[in-house]
Amino acid sequence: MRRRYYGGRRRWEFVGMTRRELYGLLTGIIIFALASLLPLVNTGYGLSLGVTIAMYTVLSTSWALFSGPTHYISLATAAFFGLGMYVVGGGLEMYPFPILILIAAGVGAVLAGFIGIATLRLSGVYFVIFTLGLAELIRQLVTWGQTTLGTSSGLYVLTNIDEKMIYWQLLVLAAFVYLIGWWINRSKLGFALRIIGNDEKVAAHSGINTALVKVLLFMVSGSIAAVTGALLAPRWTYIEPTIAFSPMLSFLVVIMALIGGAHRLWGPVLGVVPFALVWDLITAKFPNQTALMLGIAFLLIVYAIPHGFIGLGEKYWAKYKVWRDRA
Amino acid sequence: MDIIIIGMLLGGAYALMAMGLQLQYGVARIMNLANGEMLVAGSFAAFWIFTGYQYSPVLSIVIVAPLAFGANWLIYKIFMRPLVKRAKSEGQLEVDSILSTFGQSFILVGLMLALFGGEYFSYSYLEEPFEIMGEAYELNRIIAFLFSAVLCGSLYFWLNRTRLGLTFRAVSVNAEAAGLVGINVPRAAALAFGIGGAVTASGGALLSMFLTFDASVGVIFTMKALVIVIMGGVRDIRGTILIAFVLGLAETAVASLIDPGLTLAAAYFLFIIILLFRPEGLFGRRSV
Amino acid sequence: MTEVTALSIQNVSKNFGGLVAVDQMTFDVMEHEVVGLIGPNGSGKTTMLNLISGFLKLSSGQVGVFGKSITGRSANRIARRGIARTFQLVRMLPSMTVRENVAAGGVFGYQRYWGVELDRRTNFVIEQVGLGGKDAMPVVALTYIDQKRVELARALISDPQLILLDEWLAGLNPKEMEIGIKLINELRFEGRTLIIVEHYMDAIRSLCDRCIVMNSGAKIAEGSPHEVLSDPEVVRAYLGDNDA
Repeated sequence: MRRRYYGGRRRWEFVGMTRRELYGLLTGIIIFALASLLPLVNTGYGLSLGVTIAMYTVLSTSWALFSGPTHYISLATAAFFGLGMYVVGGGLEMYPFPILILIAAGVGAVLAGFIGIATLRLSGVYFVIFTLGLAELIRQLVTWGQTTLGTSSGLYVLTNIDEKMIYWQLLVLAAFVYLIGWWINRSKLGFALRIIGNDEKVAAHSGINTALVKVLLFMVSGSIAAVTGALLAPRWTYIEPTIAFSPMLSFLVVIMALIGGAHRLWGPVLGVVPFALVWDLITAKFPNQTALMLGIAFLLIVYAIPHGFIGLGEKYWAKYKVWRDRA
Repeated sequence: MDIIIIGMLLGGAYALMAMGLQLQYGVARIMNLANGEMLVAGSFAAFWIFTGYQYSPVLSIVIVAPLAFGANWLIYKIFMRPLVKRAKSEGQLEVDSILSTFGQSFILVGLMLALFGGEYFSYSYLEEPFEIMGEAYELNRIIAFLFSAVLCGSLYFWLNRTRLGLTFRAVSVNAEAAGLVGINVPRAAALAFGIGGAVTASGGALLSMFLTFDASVGVIFTMKALVIVIMGGVRDIRGTILIAFVLGLAETAVASLIDPGLTLAAAYFLFIIILLFRPEGLFGRRSV
Repeated sequence: MTEVTALSIQNVSKNFGGLVAVDQMTFDVMEHEVVGLIGPNGSGKTTMLNLISGFLKLSSGQVGVFGKSITGRSANRIARRGIARTFQLVRMLPSMTVRENVAAGGVFGYQRYWGVELDRRTNFVIEQVGLGGKDAMPVVALTYIDQKRVELARALISDPQLILLDEWLAGLNPKEMEIGIKLINELRFEGRTLIIVEHYMDAIRSLCDRCIVMNSGAKIAEGSPHEVLSDPEVVRAYLGDNDA
C-alpha cells in the first residue's frame, strides 16, 4: 500500500481516511451491529431501556454537533422533539409515516432557522434564555390552539409500529447522526465551526459568515431532534403537550452530552449510557428527588469534570504518554 | 381600565424581582438562573411566617431580606467566585455560570420540594376589596405594589446617591477600570450578588400575598426577570422598571382578553420583537 | 506602469455616542504601496483599521477596494474581497495547532484553498514567516514573536490584496524587532500592499513609502516619512503645544 505524508497525518490514498478514522469506523459498525441485536434478546424492560438510551444518544450527539464547538447552550431540544411528535400525531390520518418524518425534519429545521436568525447574532445568554422558554412557549400555544379549535388537548397516535421498530429506527438515525458529525468534522463547515468556537472575531476576519454557519448547524441539530420526536410518537398511544414538550428532556440532554464530553463526536454517548441507567434508577426509587439529582449533576459538570469523561480520559492519556516516554 | 390597574400592580412586583437580577448581572456579571428559585424561597418564607406566626408578609421582609442576602453572598463566594477566577474568557465564564446556576436552581427546587412538598400554596391576607375609581381591587395587591414601589425607589436612590451605589455603578460600567481606581471588585461583586438576591426574595414575599405558588414555579419567574432585564437594557434601571410594567400590562391583557394560559407567550412575543429590532435593549446603548 | 488605487477612503467618520473617533478621513493607497498610519495614542489609527476591516461599522463615508465599494459590509465579506489583518493584541485560536491557526485564514478568505492545495499553501507561508518545524505545536506554547508570526501567516495565506498590520511590531524586544522589520520588508519587496499602524518610528522610516498622520481622529499630514516627521504640526501633535 502506498502511503504519503501531507497535512501532518498519514493517509491512505484510496479512501482518504486516516488509520484512526478507519479503526473508529470499524468499531462503530461492530457496536451498532451488537446494539441492533438487543430486541432479539429482550423485548421487555431491557428493550424499553434500550429505546431510551438510543433516543438520548441521538439527541445528545446532535445537540453536541452544534453546542460542542460553539459553546451556545441550547435548551430547545424539548421544543423540537415535541414538535416532531405533534407532526406525527396530527398528520397520521393524512400522510404515511415516512412522509411525516420528512415533514418533521423540515419543521424542525425551519423553527431552528428562525430562532437562529433572531438570537445567534447575540451573546450566548440571550440564546440560552430564549431556548429555555421556547418549549414552554410552544406548549402554551399548542394547548391553546387545541383547546380553542378542538375539544381535547391531546392526540391519539395509533400505529402498528412496535417498540422493536422504534428501537431499530433510532439506531439508524443514530448511525446517520454519527455519519453527519464525521462528515462535518472533516468538512470546511466543521473547520469554520471550530474557528468560531475559538474566536468569533478571527473567524469573521478570515472570511467566515459566522451567523450563517451557526444557524446552519443549529438547523441540523434541531431537525434531528424533531425527527427523534417523530420516531418516538408511536411509543405513546396518546400524546399531550405536557408529555411532548417536557422541559426536563432538554436539561437531561445537556447534562448527558456534557458529562460525556461535548467536544468529541463520541463524547455524548459515554455520558448517555451511565446517566440513563442511573437516572432510570433514581426516577424509580426516589421520584421526588429528581430535581435535586439534576442540580447535583450540573454542579458536578461545572466543578469536577468540565470537559466530561472524554476530557478526563484525554488528560490521563496525556499524562500516561509523558510517563511512558520518560520510562 | 381593570387591565391597566391590575397590570400596573403586577408590574410593580416584577420590577422588584428584575432589579435583583439586574444587580447580579450588571455588577457581578453572573446571569443568575437560580433567581426565580430565590424568589420562590422568599414566597415560602413569607407563607411560613404568616401561617406559623401570624406576622404580616410585609413585615417578613425584615427577616427574608437579610437571610437572602447572606445566602446569596455565600453562594457567590463558594460557587461563583472560583468560576470567575478560573475563566480564561468572558464566554467561558458565561457558560460556566449558566450551568452552575442551573444546578443551584434545581437543587433549590429539590430542597423546597423536600421541605414543603409539591402542592400549590397560597394564603389569604388582606383579601378585602379596595376601591380605585369606582372599581374594587384586592387590598393585598395594592399593598404589595406600594411596598415594591418603596423598595424600588429606595434602591434607585441608593444606587445614585451613595458611595457603595457609585461603586456598583462603576464596576458595572467597566470592572477593569474600577479595579484600577482602587475599587475592590470581587468584594463589590459579592455584595451586589447578595443584595440582588435579597431584593428578589423580598419581591417573592410580596408576590406571595396574591399569587399562588409551588416549589417548581421559579423557572417561570427567572424567565420573566431575564426577559425584563434584557429588554430594558442590561445596565439601565429605568428601562427595567418601565419594561416590568409593560410586561405586567401585556400579561394581564393577554390573560383576560385571550387566554390565561398564554402569559409566557406574551412575554416571549415582546422579547422576540426587541431581539429583532433593538437587541441592545430599549434604553441600552449600542455596545462598541 | 500605471498606478492602480488599491484602497480608497472617502470622508469616513466614526462616532461612539458623542465622541468622534475618526473624523472625515480621506486617503488612497496604491497597489504595491506600503503606507504607514501614525499618530499619537488615541488618535484613531486602530479605529481606522477597524473600519476598513469591518470590525466596526462606519458612521458615514465610503470605502472602496480596487474600485468596488465595500462600504458598510460585514467583516467576512470584506475579508473575501481581499483585505486581511492582524490584531493589536494577538488573537490566537487557543485550542488549535500552529498549522490549523494558519490554515484558518486560507479556507474562507480571498483565495480559498482546501485539501492538498491548502496543505501546500500552509507549508509555504509557515516557511515564509519563519515558523518551519513548529507547525504541530499548540499555539499557546509559542513565544510572543512566534504568535505574531502565526497571525501574519494567517493573513498572508489567502494572498490578500491588502494587509492591515495593527502594531505588529509592538511588544517585541530589539532583536525580535529586527527580525520583524526584515520580515515586513520581504513582503514589501514581494509587492504586497500594506497599511502599517506603528509607534516605532525607525520602523516607519525604513518600511513605508508614504505616511498618513492622524491626530484626534483627523488627518493632519501626508507624505514621505521624512517629510511628515519634520512637519511642525506633526511634531506639535506628538509633543503637545508647549514644546513646539
